[in-house]
Amino acid sequence: MSLSFQDLILTLQHYWGGHGCVLLQPYDMEMGAGTFHPATVLRALGPDPWKAAYVQPCRRPTDGRYGENPNRLGAYYQFQVVLKPSPDDLQELYLGSLTAIGIDPLKHDIRFVEDDWESPTLGAWGLGWEVWCDGMEVTQFTYFQQVGGFECKPVTGELTYGLERLAMYIQGVDDVFDLKFNDAGVTYGDVFRENEVEMSAYNFEVADTEALFDLFKKAAGECERCLEAKLPIPAYEQAIKASHVFNTLQARGVISVAERQAYIGRVRDLAKAACGAWLERSA
Amino acid sequence: MADFLLELLSEEIPARMQARARNDLARLFAEAASEAGLTTGAVATFSTPRRLVLIARDVADATEASREELKGPRANAPEQALEGFLRKTGLKRDQLEERDGVYFAVIAREGRAAAEVLAEAIRKIVADFPWPKSMRWGDGSQRWVRPLHGIVAMLGDAIVPVEIDGIASGATTVGHRFHHPGPITVGGASDYAEKLRACHVIVDQDEREALIRDGAATAAKAAKLALLPDEGLVVENAGLTEWPVPLVGRFDDDFLDVPREVIVLTMRTNQKYFACTGADGLLAPAFVCVANIAANDGGEAIAQGNARVLAARLADARFFWEQDVKVPLEEQAAKLSGIVFHEKLGTVADKVERVAKLARWLVEEGIVGVSDDRVEEYSQPRESPTKGGKPVEIPGVARDMLAGLVERAARLAKADLVTGMVGEFPELQGVIGGYLAEAQGEPTAVADAIRDHYKPVGQGDEVPTAPVTVAVSLADKLDSIVGFFTIGETPTGSKDPFALRRAAIGAIRLILENGLRESVYFIAGEAFGNLFAPGGPLDGHKHWDDQNVADVTHFVIDRLKVQQREAGIRQDLIDAVYARNADDLVLLLARVKALQGFVETADGTNLLVAYKRAANILKKEKWEETLRQAQGERDGLEGEEAALVAALDAAEPTASAAIEKEDFTGAMAALASLRAPIDSFFDKVTVNDPDAAKRERRLNLLLRFRDAVNRVADFSRIEG
Repeated sequence: MSLSFQDLILTLQHYWGGHGCVLLQPYDMEMGAGTFHPATVLRALGPDPWKAAYVQPCRRPTDGRYGENPNRLGAYYQFQVVLKPSPDDLQELYLGSLTAIGIDPLKHDIRFVEDDWESPTLGAWGLGWEVWCDGMEVTQFTYFQQVGGFECKPVTGELTYGLERLAMYIQGVDDVFDLKFNDAGVTYGDVFRENEVEMSAYNFEVADTEALFDLFKKAAGECERCLEAKLPIPAYEQAIKASHVFNTLQARGVISVAERQAYIGRVRDLAKAACGAWLERSA
Repeated sequence: MADFLLELLSEEIPARMQARARNDLARLFAEAASEAGLTTGAVATFSTPRRLVLIARDVADATEASREELKGPRANAPEQALEGFLRKTGLKRDQLEERDGVYFAVIAREGRAAAEVLAEAIRKIVADFPWPKSMRWGDGSQRWVRPLHGIVAMLGDAIVPVEIDGIASGATTVGHRFHHPGPITVGGASDYAEKLRACHVIVDQDEREALIRDGAATAAKAAKLALLPDEGLVVENAGLTEWPVPLVGRFDDDFLDVPREVIVLTMRTNQKYFACTGADGLLAPAFVCVANIAANDGGEAIAQGNARVLAARLADARFFWEQDVKVPLEEQAAKLSGIVFHEKLGTVADKVERVAKLARWLVEEGIVGVSDDRVEEYSQPRESPTKGGKPVEIPGVARDMLAGLVERAARLAKADLVTGMVGEFPELQGVIGGYLAEAQGEPTAVADAIRDHYKPVGQGDEVPTAPVTVAVSLADKLDSIVGFFTIGETPTGSKDPFALRRAAIGAIRLILENGLRESVYFIAGEAFGNLFAPGGPLDGHKHWDDQNVADVTHFVIDRLKVQQREAGIRQDLIDAVYARNADDLVLLLARVKALQGFVETADGTNLLVAYKRAANILKKEKWEETLRQAQGERDGLEGEEAALVAALDAAEPTASAAIEKEDFTGAMAALASLRAPIDSFFDKVTVNDPDAAKRERRLNLLLRFRDAVNRVADFSRIEG
């Protein structure tokens, strides 16, 4: 029997815990990707070794489809693994995790297809692949080269599993809402469909744009105050907050093409400054 | 002598970088070997997703010892000269030889063992490798395209010892990632490829490409399908696999509602699948993917998995298509006023307005029309092929009707830029608009024009012939050229950011292949007028003048020369004819071709010589038009003079009439008739006769000859 959504998470946690990762819990803030978690961004900077694995809920307001699209969600889950320095056998370790969740690499076609990763809002980039399983992208595999505009030395290896897609693949379902959440008859739709419907309505129709513009300014201001107080972690949190507010404003369609770059640049400056402060403090 | 094997084993190299990497590897190796003086036989390079391989045959055992002698300063030269020489050679004074009062430096190089040279070459290759993007990994500072894991370096059956960033060379590599993940020891270049083949790795990319090319076609055929060949996909899949296995998969028939191009593009770009057609020649709901394993279930799970992924992608595409079909193109076109075309040239809506006016004008002026043999197409009422739309009648060939269709097509041509579909698949601009127009019941001529108005893209692309398409396409290209010239964004050297050269070639091909008869200068002038029209982006700016129009015309003629070079048309002849104010490209080219036919005959060559001689004499004597007298009396002419006059009397009207009738071969024949009389004239008659009257008469005759020739083409611009 194939793994339920929650068993998939448990299996991955068990596997990576067994390879020396600290198993963290999701960060309690809204963010667009598991990478934003300070356990990835801040820990990728500086010389200290680090191994962690965690689930991170991700919010992408523009991807919401009112629970009507079988493949798109405004909120979903990533399983994130970071290993620093990236070990020589990172690919083999990763493939071991696929075997652990029941994917036989002599039955399924696993491929590493070029995909360079870049996050303009984090001032970060790396080289790697999207990992394909029978043509489906199941993981983003990246060797970080820069974060917050700073060189990563040593290099962090980052694995980001798209949990819903992976589970859909393993369970053989075509609609994300049909996923078995557990083995007791609860589906992903039972748990999250209503969230998708209401959050789509909020993000696309209801969210108070003036309040959001104001929130963006306030988060940016708070970030700067934290930087002055030499507190990189709270500063970084405010940068994450600004980034999410910006994403919601995008979904509301109130940011023009020309303004978009300016907003991204503003978030990047905040994130970079927080990263710089983090490096300074730990130096 | 022995064969050298180098394998650089890494994590997966992007497929698109592999071909260049093979060339770079061969080049860097050749450079390193030649610099060190190491001779080798043939060098071959190979790549797989995980390895870059070089095999050099017949590598010499060692480099030759060499002795080089450098001549230095005289022994009694100033001290600084000697010091400089010592610095240059790296020797001490007592190592120099003195012969006949001059210092000599003798630099002897001992031969070096091949293994030593090769180790150095490997270090240099890895250090200098020009990957488009490279990275660091782990704790190290070494760079490679992806983490580097192993180096196999063998000369004959011996390991060439070298170490790079903690990776020591050896004779051990790995097989296929899943079929044979363990180590393999190779004996050298001789058994490398075969040992790896036994471990499910085909080293030679050409062999993998052939397997994919033939295997995909065979797999399709077995499923009663025909593969749509795609060489780019063959190469890409070969760069993604060490053991390629083509498999057929299927998708739901329902998706065939989505435009064919969208399906093919989704399969190609997102999934790297080949598309297939059925027995009816139409797109089949099937694909061929290329797996990297010989799967233990025969590939069933892989084919199914890929089919599901494709279904999700096509569902997305269909979602966009269904959304787009609901919105009339007119409504989409209105949104173009929110998209900047260029900050100085206004929005895309502004451009559309200009193109619509210019395209309509091309029809109203009769520059674009319906040729007699196609009148039928435009006089039959026809039904739109779509189910939902109302049948649209195109009743007559009246110019007004054509102009109306052209304007409609132009106004809708860019509307698909704001559709979801083009947002997802930008390379389908035009194509999507064409489908939407058809689905929304636009006349076929309009839908076709929307689809094809970007054509021809460059030299190899097909040229539209449907009049509506021709008008819109030509207007679009001319508007871009004229617009960017106006704001000073003209192509220079290798820079042509707005692809104006390509636009000009497109315009030229439209004009020539459709036989559009008009002066480029005249059309460009109209395009300028549009650009500066009231309400346009340049309303109120400095006005344009004749020079602007002339610049654009010259630019087009320059592109014509480049475009015609391949067809063997001489540039100097284009200049010679263009100098006669011939800028109707169709006529210009006909005249150039006739001229080229003529100047390459004996008559033509001789006439050109005579022309140049006449022109030189006139120039030397400063004999110009102003000195010319009225047609003098004809008495007292010497024989050759009289013959030339008679020939000119006959040739001039013949040539003029022929040009008038666009019979350029006839015009050339008229010129040819001058050859014998002018040759005799030069043979027998002295122009600079002591008798001033005779001299003047003869100079006038030469002037008349020169001008007669020049009316056909400016012979002074012809080379030779």
